[in-house]
Amino acid sequence: MKFAVIVFPGSNCDIDMYHAIKDELGEEVEYVWHDETDLSQFDGILLPGGFSYGDYLRSGAIARFSNVMQEVVKAAEAGKPVLGVCNGFQILLEAGLLPGAMKRNENLKFMCRPVNLKVVNNQTAFTSAYEKDEVISIPIAHGEGNYYCDEQTLQTLKENNQIVFTYETNPNGSLVDIAGITNERGNVLGMMPHPERAVDELLGSADGLKLFQSIVKNWRESHVTTA
Amino acid sequence: MYKVKVYVTLRESVLDPQGSAVKSALHSMDYKEVQDVRIGKYMELTIEKSDRDLDVAVREMCEKLLANTVIEDFSYEVQEVVTK
Repeated sequence: MKFAVIVFPGSNCDIDMYHAIKDELGEEVEYVWHDETDLSQFDGILLPGGFSYGDYLRSGAIARFSNVMQEVVKAAEAGKPVLGVCNGFQILLEAGLLPGAMKRNENLKFMCRPVNLKVVNNQTAFTSAYEKDEVISIPIAHGEGNYYCDEQTLQTLKENNQIVFTYETNPNGSLVDIAGITNERGNVLGMMPHPERAVDELLGSADGLKLFQSIVKNWRESHVTTA
Repeated sequence: MYKVKVYVTLRESVLDPQGSAVKSALHSMDYKEVQDVRIGKYMELTIEKSDRDLDVAVREMCEKLLANTVIEDFSYEVQEVVTK
């Protein structure tokens, strides 16, 4: 399986993401600059964390208009797995690939520490290697991770099981403890915590690795070649 | 030429954590009469006259980029600037 790590000016978790895929997961991965106009050779798209365009105006607001985002939309429409972490999640929200928006953390602080997440939906292409309601330790590092959406959108998220990860102890004021959501089809996941920073016990946790393993396993199953 | 002043604020229905913090600070300065503080953004656009309808264009800019209408409201004022 071949992954693209999209790099915007100001991305700073792109190398961690690349490392997670190449060295820990053992799959193919390439960096893709934000002005690229073709992602057809990739099977999975990863939007890393950071501060694309310096978070000018709003987090993700400007990155969403870069050339590559039109291709990310196409990949999402084609059903390819698209994962946005932290700033990547904010970009997916701004691009309208996921519903809702991010506000400043409730306590107005930038928070950087491991948190416990609950896998509330393990029936997605990103979480099938986890147990239902498994509690995993994944680090957060954000100042604007306070997820918000209107009542009706929240209802839809709940009805379609689009809420995938919730915080065990809410660090930022997110609506109903939301840490990660998918789109309705389930092939686009946005999450504030950083699974790519939790792929080896040396880093304090390897709980994030199963997320990437789930993506690969599900991709293999839907792209079976006769042995 | 036009000068367009754009104001973006969090929607009334959305709690504004920065505004709440500033309100507490004002209260601790003994301005207890302050009931609410909403923090927003102010932008000035200088726009050349064109065939495009200015109102339609500014509205589109706000909806697509300058404000995130999921959580923010916007308003704007247009001033015509006379150039020499």
